Amino acid sequence: MNRWDKFTETFFNAKVMEKYLPDILSGMVVTIELALLIVVTGLAAGLALALLRALAIRPLNWLIIFIVDLFRSLPPLVVIVLIYFGLPYAGPAPSGFVSTWLSLAFVLMAFSEEIFWAGITSIPKGQWEASRSTGLSFSQTLFNVVLPQAFRLTIPPLTNRTIAITKGTALGTVVAVTEILGQASSAMSNSYNPSPLMMGAAAYIVLFFPVVVAARWIESKFAWKR
Amino acid sequence: MTQKHIVEARGIHKHFGALHVLKGVDLKVDERELVFVIGPSGSGKSTLLRCLNRLEEPSSGSVVVDGIDMLSPKTDINHARQRIGMVFQSFNLYPHMTALGNVTLALRKVAGKSRAEADALARAALDRVGLADRADHTPGQLSGGQQQRVAIARSIALEPRVMLFDEPTSALDPELVGSVLEVMRGLRESGMTMIVVSHEMGFARNAADRVVFMDDGLIVEQGPPASIFENPAHERTRAFIGQIQRH
Repeated sequence: MNRWDKFTETFFNAKVMEKYLPDILSGMVVTIELALLIVVTGLAAGLALALLRALAIRPLNWLIIFIVDLFRSLPPLVVIVLIYFGLPYAGPAPSGFVSTWLSLAFVLMAFSEEIFWAGITSIPKGQWEASRSTGLSFSQTLFNVVLPQAFRLTIPPLTNRTIAITKGTALGTVVAVTEILGQASSAMSNSYNPSPLMMGAAAYIVLFFPVVVAARWIESKFAWKR
Repeated sequence: MTQKHIVEARGIHKHFGALHVLKGVDLKVDERELVFVIGPSGSGKSTLLRCLNRLEEPSSGSVVVDGIDMLSPKTDINHARQRIGMVFQSFNLYPHMTALGNVTLALRKVAGKSRAEADALARAALDRVGLADRADHTPGQLSGGQQQRVAIARSIALEPRVMLFDEPTSALDPELVGSVLEVMRGLRESGMTMIVVSHEMGFARNAADRVVFMDDGLIVEQGPPASIFENPAHERTRAFIGQIQRH
């Protein structure tokens, strides 16, 4: 056996790969479910917080800023571990899947709130005034005039941040989530061969590369046409 | 009930923190009157205008427009503002909408028109400002003068009883000023009540019914353009007119 054969047998072992392909595929399904849940709930919660913050109610804003800064400073893995291992002592015992979902959704909420808020505050005061002077209410102005403009500004930072946090689903392997990395590492332990890890890496590329390309497309599509 | 003054502001004071910007201003405007407000920068002209539609909350005083007490907590301010059009120095068009979209937004959301009705009214308003053929352009595709005319269309489409102009031509290149003044002249001829803060003295001279001179948060004097420009009673007015006319 020459070196090349040894290399391929170690990292791209066809037998092992064939055997564990179904596991990796089921891991991909879990990763996709987890990612979609995180993106939808995280962005929705982030936007909701930014809108609440626009109401300019001081104690509420302090609370929002505190929560957002908290989740921006905590490493996502720490949040996952806290919820999964810590929360059961207080009562509820969420599964690894739910812990990972909640943790990353909170982190995405925190970062996206800041991004949405920056977008809202970057819209000139004159836009508010013009709209209010024609009789539109605060919320009509927010939804019809300010947010559509703010969204365009927020798309590049938002897509970057969303991709970065969604990739964090791999952290779920620490709390026994059967997502791609979890499946790949247990397959490696069972087969005494690292080929499943290569499949796992490939699976992430298959999943996220199109997302990265799509993000680039969205960014160029929504770029300012002045 | 016949109403003499369509705008009646009394004893308006406005503080911005320690700054006392308006120090007790009374302004009454008759229906169909064109009142020009002049004065050095920082004299409170724009603030006064913005107190009339409550974009600024006066610290004290009263504002009644078309019989509506603008400062009463019982007044539906969004409803009341439909009667008061406002045009800004920086146009403030919505950059993500076409000219038509800019004009229809309040027609649909505030006046409750259907999309078809709003479109028809908006096209008529754009036609009045000479921009019927620019309905589908976005603000970025329009010149400053055209943008300001769209902004005027956005206001007049709501059929306001009063129009407020806050330095409508100050941000425009000189060659574009004429087209905006032309539209304002047309509005005046149609009988619109207008309060204009501006430095366009030529326009004031031949279009205004009354010129109000403000300085340091107070109305110093007011009267027909001829008397204010040719024969001002106060030293401060004289100094200001002199400065303006040297340019």
